[in-house]
Amino acid sequence: MTATEARRPSPIEVERQAFRRRQTARSVLVGAASTIVFAAAIALLILFSPGWPKVQQSFFDPVAWVGAWPRVWDGFLLNLQVLGISVVGVAVFATIIAFLRTLRGAVWFPARFLAAAYTDLFRGLPLIIVLYLVGFGIPGLLQQRVPVLVLGPVALIITYSAYVAEVIRAGIEAVHPSQRIAGRALGLTHGQTLRMVVLPQAIRKVTPPLMNDFISMQKDVGLISVLGAVDAVRAAQIETATWGNFTPYVLAGVLFVVLAWPMIRLTDWLSARMQRREQVGGAA
Amino acid sequence: MSVLSVQGVWKSYGDRAVLRGIDLEVAAHEVVALIGASGSGKSTLLKTIDLLERVDDGRILLGGDDITDPRADPDGVRARIGVVFQSYNLFPHRTILDNVTLGLRAVHRVPRDEATRRGAELLERVGLADHASAYPDRLSGGQQQRAAIARAVAAGQELLLLDEVTSALDPLLVGEVLELVRELKADGTTIVMATHEMAFARDVADRVVFLDAGEVCEQGPPAQVLGAPREPRTRAFLARFLPS
Repeated sequence: MTATEARRPSPIEVERQAFRRRQTARSVLVGAASTIVFAAAIALLILFSPGWPKVQQSFFDPVAWVGAWPRVWDGFLLNLQVLGISVVGVAVFATIIAFLRTLRGAVWFPARFLAAAYTDLFRGLPLIIVLYLVGFGIPGLLQQRVPVLVLGPVALIITYSAYVAEVIRAGIEAVHPSQRIAGRALGLTHGQTLRMVVLPQAIRKVTPPLMNDFISMQKDVGLISVLGAVDAVRAAQIETATWGNFTPYVLAGVLFVVLAWPMIRLTDWLSARMQRREQVGGAA
Repeated sequence: MSVLSVQGVWKSYGDRAVLRGIDLEVAAHEVVALIGASGSGKSTLLKTIDLLERVDDGRILLGGDDITDPRADPDGVRARIGVVFQSYNLFPHRTILDNVTLGLRAVHRVPRDEATRRGAELLERVGLADHASAYPDRLSGGQQQRAAIARAVAAGQELLLLDEVTSALDPLLVGEVLELVRELKADGTTIVMATHEMAFARDVADRVVFLDAGEVCEQGPPAQVLGAPREPRTRAFLARFLPS
């Protein structure tokens, strides 16, 4: 194998590599040029539009940005807490629902039916309505105040579990039946087969759509402001009234984007990697 | 002139050199069988010929054109080569006839009527006329593989690459696929095939090429390479393969 390192590429290969390098350099240049032209066009369009000075003042005011920061940031921390609790809750609850839907046998009909009815209902119901029903219904039932750190996650878990359960179920069904048969042939029970053989493969298959739901949830935690909680969105609303300026909304928006961005990149990276692996497997 | 000319081709995956300076000439109407252990580079060589893998060094000429030149259009090259894979790879969402005519219509721009006519003719020849409107999952492995071969030659490709086309088949179904390859040879199709079917290689190939560790170890007429191998490595390989 040492011959590989010592081998010098032939003139043909050297020329090919040089050509590819030139091609790459050219594509980079073309890409850079088109990006600059495009960005310049957008910038000119915005900067020379008649209302720009006013828009700049009311949406991008540095003073309002700094002034609104403490309260919006505190609100954002509340969003993060709600998000953290909800993610764990959704993971557990959605897996249970998905599991119930895979049960076979007449005995389990009620469980299957309930799980199916649940996903149908809560995928159809707008999150904001669930928030109102939970936010005002549960305190009404209990006849006492319930902290938003409970109400927010409950509403989010109810809604998102319905979506995520369907994604997980799709993953379970996408695992080839031979895997289940192999598990049962080893003597594993239905539940063990699902837990040790099928689910790990299923989750891998549906990671990109799961991440997508997660990103979507990161933004939807902003809706808990309708419960009266001072989260980032509500804080921005208050600050907007204080400063007579929309910059706090932009600030809150930026915070949500910054939160979502690493997940979005991670999702892209994961999907790309999985695709590469599948292609390697297919060509072998 | 050779239909295919492989000249000093190298290919590595990471540190592992899979092809180590392969030279191979294939004349028109010639059937060449590549034999060798798993990992000897047979499949990789076929992939580099179809430009599914980029060579690290060396050249491959198809009908005299350097297809490893980065200026060559890889899709145009692939349209001139038919490939059949071990696992058939028929498109499960299309009928058998559709599978066979898709390349004609989408790549070679043959009008639908004409493509259908030629596809039906081909299916008749490979004995699948009755299954033209069936979907691949209704067919046996042997039938699927025959359909895949029909798909690979539908546009009159200059070269046909067969990558262990019988390895995934039930032994009872191997015969019908090999029979079809024999017919293609009789029609004058130029074929390069990687195979583990030594008896078939002996029977049908004009030349057998034994690959070992990414090098052409020995090549020649099947009777010589398989019957009286000169290289010790060939003898060792065949001894494992054909226990006497």
